[in-house]
Amino acid sequence: MMHRELRNHIIGLLNADIRLDGRKLTEYRKPIEVEYGVVKTAEGSARVKIGETDVIVGVKLDVGEPYPDTPDEGTIIVGAELLPLSNPEFELGPPGIQAIELARVVDRGIRESKALDFKKLCITPSEKIWMVIIDICPINDAGNLFDAASLAALAALKDTKYPAFDGEKIDYKAKTDKKLGLEKMPIAVTVIKIGSKFIVDPDIEEEKAIDARLTVSSIEDGTLCAMQKGGDFPLSIEDIDKMLDIGIEKAKELRKYL
Amino acid sequence: MAYKQRIDGRGFDETRPIEAKVGVIQRADGSAMFKIGNTWAYAAVYGPRNLHPKFLQDPQRGILRCNYNMMPFSSSGERVRPGGSRRSKEISLVTEKALLPVLDLEEFPNSVVDVFIELPQTEAGSRCAGICAASMALADAGLNMKDLVCAVSLGRVDDKLLIDLDYSEESYKDGPVADIPIAMMPNSSKVTLLQMDGEISKEELMELLEKSRKVLMDIYEVQKRALKEKYHEVEV
Repeated sequence: MMHRELRNHIIGLLNADIRLDGRKLTEYRKPIEVEYGVVKTAEGSARVKIGETDVIVGVKLDVGEPYPDTPDEGTIIVGAELLPLSNPEFELGPPGIQAIELARVVDRGIRESKALDFKKLCITPSEKIWMVIIDICPINDAGNLFDAASLAALAALKDTKYPAFDGEKIDYKAKTDKKLGLEKMPIAVTVIKIGSKFIVDPDIEEEKAIDARLTVSSIEDGTLCAMQKGGDFPLSIEDIDKMLDIGIEKAKELRKYL
Repeated sequence: MAYKQRIDGRGFDETRPIEAKVGVIQRADGSAMFKIGNTWAYAAVYGPRNLHPKFLQDPQRGILRCNYNMMPFSSSGERVRPGGSRRSKEISLVTEKALLPVLDLEEFPNSVVDVFIELPQTEAGSRCAGICAASMALADAGLNMKDLVCAVSLGRVDDKLLIDLDYSEESYKDGPVADIPIAMMPNSSKVTLLQMDGEISKEELMELLEKSRKVLMDIYEVQKRALKEKYHEVEV
């Protein structure tokens, strides 16, 4: 837990509309960088940096059986590992609740926006489908993994090409030119409430001082596709109203980096 | 048919292209990136820091903990299941033993130095790349070290002795193959890691070990240059 003094200091600054590192309240750290195809062994990959936060997402494709209730649809699987390499507080071991939440928030943004047409991932109904496996690996966690990982996941999907498949076996060495193809561009923006103020893109210290957060995923026309509230404190309807406006507005800005 | 020419056109004593950089992970106490061909390793050092649970602490000296991990998308075949395997545990162990001789852990009783090695992309030689990155990260963390540690894989493909096998050479089918990862402290020429898979005569092995010195010294130069580069910008 953080020192009360630091939290009070952050709130004091925010009340004067200043942040610890001098940013405006709804300003992302700079630079924001999106690099495609960084991992040649993956079918698709991207590396996103927001300030010092640095995340690599890789996509592997595999062939599996469809779920019985959706026999003509492929599927996505999102995994996140909070690598102890990326943050002194992360520990080795199976994914904890933090990692699971991160993976599920990224998953829902992609799934619920219908960014991927699952029907196009069907190879033979009731028999064979493509499974799109998205793995999130932070290299340096300097705050706001939610937004960085969501952006990197979408960029990695945009980069993904099918490997050769002869109906029986995948030849991972023989990549095709056929892209996975994205139907929508869902962008996640996590809006943070500290005291009575709202900010985006928290750094490590601000993350420890949050009262509540709301991750808002929206597509190009501003339609919402997924949300996740976190933090120990409740939000009023008015708070949510303001946070959604910020989330939708900032998503437009982030989308330009793709 | 003899192995006449390396598939990627390299000389038999030549490594794949190497890139190295330190200070790449800001939250770590020390960090480095080491890339050799398509094999790409990151290492982060945290510590010396408190060791929990307490019964693991050694009042005489600090302990070193290494963890080697391949990212799920780092293999050119199927996805690697996260969470580690028997292979990754063994590599973590031999990596720890490869690095231990250069550290003076008596300085930090009851503490731990954690080394996390992550591979975003692999194509043969990943434990050696991890060790190269880790030794640079330890130096970047400012720990007292007797030397760096340099590592490379030596090998034999058919009738040829060579340095830094790639995937196609490791899986060569038309003749015998040997894959020999080695790590060395360059200043004392002492070996801190030695493993082997395959078949080779003792004479050939000794010839390879002799050859390895030059290439390991070249890697040492790359590591030193990367460590110095971090401070280059500050000079101006």
